[in-house]
Amino acid sequence: MNYKLDFGPVLDGLPNLLWGSAGTLGLALSGMLLAIVIGIGGVVLRDSHIRPLRWLVIAFVELIRNTPFLVQIYFIFFALPLAGVRLNPTVTAIIALGINGGAYAIEIIRGGVQSINKGQVEAGLALGLQKAQVFRLIVLRPALRAIYPSLTSQFVLLTLTTSVAAAISAYELTSVAQRIESDSFRSFEVYGTVTLFYFVMSWLVMSLFRIIGKVSFDYPIK
Amino acid sequence: MGTGEFLFLLKGVQWTVALSAIGFICGGITGLVVALARTSGSFVTERMTGAYIALFQGTPLLMQLFVVYYGLALIGLKLDAWAAVAIGFTLHASAYLGEIWRGSIEAVPRGQTEAAKALGLGYMARTRDVVLPQALRISLPATIGFLVQLIKGTSLAAIVGFTELTRAGSIVSNTVFKPLLVFGIVGALYFGLCWPLSLLGAHLEHRFAAAQR
Repeated sequence: MNYKLDFGPVLDGLPNLLWGSAGTLGLALSGMLLAIVIGIGGVVLRDSHIRPLRWLVIAFVELIRNTPFLVQIYFIFFALPLAGVRLNPTVTAIIALGINGGAYAIEIIRGGVQSINKGQVEAGLALGLQKAQVFRLIVLRPALRAIYPSLTSQFVLLTLTTSVAAAISAYELTSVAQRIESDSFRSFEVYGTVTLFYFVMSWLVMSLFRIIGKVSFDYPIK
Repeated sequence: MGTGEFLFLLKGVQWTVALSAIGFICGGITGLVVALARTSGSFVTERMTGAYIALFQGTPLLMQLFVVYYGLALIGLKLDAWAAVAIGFTLHASAYLGEIWRGSIEAVPRGQTEAAKALGLGYMARTRDVVLPQALRISLPATIGFLVQLIKGTSLAAIVGFTELTRAGSIVSNTVFKPLLVFGIVGALYFGLCWPLSLLGAHLEHRFAAAQR
């Protein structure tokens, strides 16, 4: 073995890598936000009384969960311009991440909603709460609390998935790393370092969710 | 897009299936070792395998493929893309399957191990004949779920430069200039591979949940 590790290019590119990490976190957080919206909206539609809507949601979930994210992001990347929508790759990546994460979120949140006892809803209505209030306070909040761990690991996975967005050259850590690598040819050093960056970021996301969970669900069950 | 292009995509399916199978089988064998080490009762091996699993679950699959790809070249192993990618998926699968199976091994009631010990069975017999068969049953839905994830994950080999289904799709799309059609077909082919497995996994989960009641 006569290869000498040289972290010079990595150190020179450190500011760029840190900005790239910020890009990754921004991408991940925006993707999560969109995923939550799609997830909750999807659950409402999934249990609606209109049958075609229910089928549409089921088909959407199955389609997204059984195809690779890379194919989805390519498809959206090429489909949006044809539909007359011109967006930069980073926004496209956020949409793709939101759609992908949303499909998983629908399945996860639905599991939580199903765990809510029907009597709770009836009791809420009997107490004179409005339908929207019942959904928000009696169904959604305890449901989110029940599935919070699965949602957290799904969103950590979403954070890691952002690296695939490099394929359409969205602004995030992996594409920054690819640029440094193609300039310096120090592939192992660059990707090894970036892998550690991702490790720290997944830990950050997990800690963030632990704090959010503590703040929002800190009430006794019974 | 003609028959030639479609046959090229089907060839891509072959490589996707081959890559998934190798990753799943080799990763399964290594994963079993990881799971057993993780539940061995020895502090050092449990910590080490725990760190191994955390490393793979806390970093993107794409980075794992890059690091393995360039890392193997670094230590002087001149492998072609195919072998390097297969090793990458094997390591990835071993960590995930190791974690899934650790959970199932721990879900087997303690009394089973204790009874086997009381009957004088050694570690090998206890593990092979008592714990693992029950753990396998418990782990089946999650294992199939991971297989689906692995099949979808092999698409990332396209970014490393290995020609499987997704890269075949990119190549065809660049020649016929119909990205939506081509990636639609590619997506449908993946769906055809993954959906039956997902249904099987959901079915098994349902059945086991019913048996638990």
